[in-house]
Amino acid sequence: MEGEMMTGNLAAAWGARLADVDYVPAFPITPQTEIVEALAKWCESGAMAARFVTMDSEHSMMTAAGAAAATGARVFTATSSQGLLYAIEVLYSVSGWRAPLVLVNVSRALAAPITLEPDHNDVLAARDCGFLQIHAETCQEVLDSILMAYRIAEDERVMLPVIVNLDGFYLSFTREPVSMPDPEQVKLFLPPFRPAHLGFKASVPHALGVAVIGGTPYSYFRHQMHLAAMNALEVHREAAAAFEQLFGRRYDVVEGYRLEDAEDVLVMTNAFSSKGKAAVDATRAEGKRVGLLRLRMIRPWPADAIRHALQGRRAVAVLDQNLSPGQGGILFQEIAACLYHEPLRPQALCSFIGGLGGKNLSEGELRAIFEQTAEAGIRRRGIGPVLLYTEAEHREMMQLQLLAAGSRADS
Amino acid sequence: MPWQRETFKKIKQIPREEHVLPGTALCAGCGGLEALRLAAKVLGDDVVYVNAAGCFTMLAAYPFTPFKGSWLYTTMGSAPAGAQGVRDALDVLIAKGRLPERENLKVVVLGGDGSTYDMALSSTSGAITRKLDFYYFCYDNEAYGNTGAQLSPATPYGARTTTSPCSLQHPSGTTHEKKDIFEIWRAHKPPYIATVAPRYPLDLEEKFTRAAKFTGPKLFLALSACPTGWLYDPGETPEVAKLAVETGLWPLKEAIDGAITHTYIPKRKPVEEYLKLQGRFRHLFEPKVQSEAISHIQGRVNAYWEQVKLAEKTA
Repeated sequence: MEGEMMTGNLAAAWGARLADVDYVPAFPITPQTEIVEALAKWCESGAMAARFVTMDSEHSMMTAAGAAAATGARVFTATSSQGLLYAIEVLYSVSGWRAPLVLVNVSRALAAPITLEPDHNDVLAARDCGFLQIHAETCQEVLDSILMAYRIAEDERVMLPVIVNLDGFYLSFTREPVSMPDPEQVKLFLPPFRPAHLGFKASVPHALGVAVIGGTPYSYFRHQMHLAAMNALEVHREAAAAFEQLFGRRYDVVEGYRLEDAEDVLVMTNAFSSKGKAAVDATRAEGKRVGLLRLRMIRPWPADAIRHALQGRRAVAVLDQNLSPGQGGILFQEIAACLYHEPLRPQALCSFIGGLGGKNLSEGELRAIFEQTAEAGIRRRGIGPVLLYTEAEHREMMQLQLLAAGSRADS
Repeated sequence: MPWQRETFKKIKQIPREEHVLPGTALCAGCGGLEALRLAAKVLGDDVVYVNAAGCFTMLAAYPFTPFKGSWLYTTMGSAPAGAQGVRDALDVLIAKGRLPERENLKVVVLGGDGSTYDMALSSTSGAITRKLDFYYFCYDNEAYGNTGAQLSPATPYGARTTTSPCSLQHPSGTTHEKKDIFEIWRAHKPPYIATVAPRYPLDLEEKFTRAAKFTGPKLFLALSACPTGWLYDPGETPEVAKLAVETGLWPLKEAIDGAITHTYIPKRKPVEEYLKLQGRFRHLFEPKVQSEAISHIQGRVNAYWEQVKLAEKTA
């Protein structure tokens, strides 16, 4: 493979650098910190013509980011986990301002109990805030998605901010070969940010984020955001075509892996999709016709692409690396909803919850998913939510509980 | 030598042009709006107001604003961070030649005491530490006013609010002392801080004019006599605002790089004269006079001005 070896975090920083951003308000949080460290260094050395400011919190960071984008600057920022949640009030404001910045979220599970390792409850907590969401599988895709994200966000038909998500640790700290786009070609792909309807200046005073009373204007502006978000599907298609032409790599809103004749399909997102694809290969080697659908764009929800990919299958399993306690997997609900009106909908829908808090997804677990999904397809009855937890993990946990209870158990 | 006004010596010198136009949704007799109207006479129109949730949020209610300048509503806790983003973006765009210098704007945070004294402390502290070139205008009506006068950290001892009612356990109503935000700001050593009151327009205009010479954080604490929350007739706002200063409860002062000057030394009328005008203090006088609470308030004022005298002697 050609390209430089770099971590997902460094690829994200390169995305911002190649996008020639003007402004980077920052706040450190594991596992995202390496991104802002790289950007701070580049802004300081003059390698980037951007102003870098360390803010006092993610809440302030997002406010400064949105306000700067609303003033007409191209803005990049990054966070993780608790930081994203701390900023979430502001995410709704920024999208309401129609300020088209790019925010990288390096997924990390949420407290309590507190951890550093990934799952997707953080980024999915931002699901309804009006930011578009692109979830990346590889370091290359992280970099490329940031460039695409700016082009989509800044399109007059969209004018909404975008979150590009990558998994903490598994991608943020994993080195992969990354082919660096040529800066001159990036300029062709991503024209300079010259917004027609944003910017504070003396000659054109305007008011943004103002109070609305009575519900009529509120509903109108919220509808506008929804329609703009839906426009992003078409704008993404155009951006993907242009990107492929210039750089030779193709990204669609969903990615099908060995779907052609697949009876059963596993739906996944983010870095663990690579494990899923390996499991598809292994399962196919046993003569079973399975495939994988990776969701790349989560908002707007690519319902048509998902329906198209899943119609006529025997069974579909959704692996959620998130948990809505008392409900189950978040993406399972959305997949089920968009298949309801599909006449050729799968015979069975199965929900699996795995990889929480960075817990590994073993070959055995993936094998079990395919086996149980095939059985469900034959029975024509879905299962779940199934919480994935191996016997070895259960034994390990028992040991830890014994240690935790130690002194009391002795007495 | 006592503090001297250099620019504004007579009331006629205050520009007649208005920059905050009438017809807003704010309460009649809002002392905060009067202070802002006066401040805007110096700030002018080339301004972007960055607002935190509070009474003033209702100034810009779609599709109207009373300003000839711009407006950005942020959140209750992060208006200074919004100011940071706007200021930085304007600087970057001007430096890169994408915005002509003539399009430049002053960035002015508008926050109430609830935001200023508590929720936005982090973002304010951050902005001052980063030496952000901005104005902060706090309209201090000593309560969460927009929600109907609840206890805020700016509420003074003895005031009754809807969440600090006078009761058998707490006959004085509010039991805490007003948080000293001026000193919290001053500890950050910004170039300019001042308190102002709408009934002292020359003092107010002079301070905004003096502040304009400084690059960096310029913070103003504006007494915002509030008929709705303080429970007096809207027509009495000038009298209430005047007595707040004349009793010594609201000192008019400035701090340049941390060095304090009192810009007006009141003869200090008894605090009762101020308290008696307002329904929020009525329980201190009826059904029976709470002499201890009133002396406590008077004692705090006396102690403050003794300190001032002492500090001036030492200087």
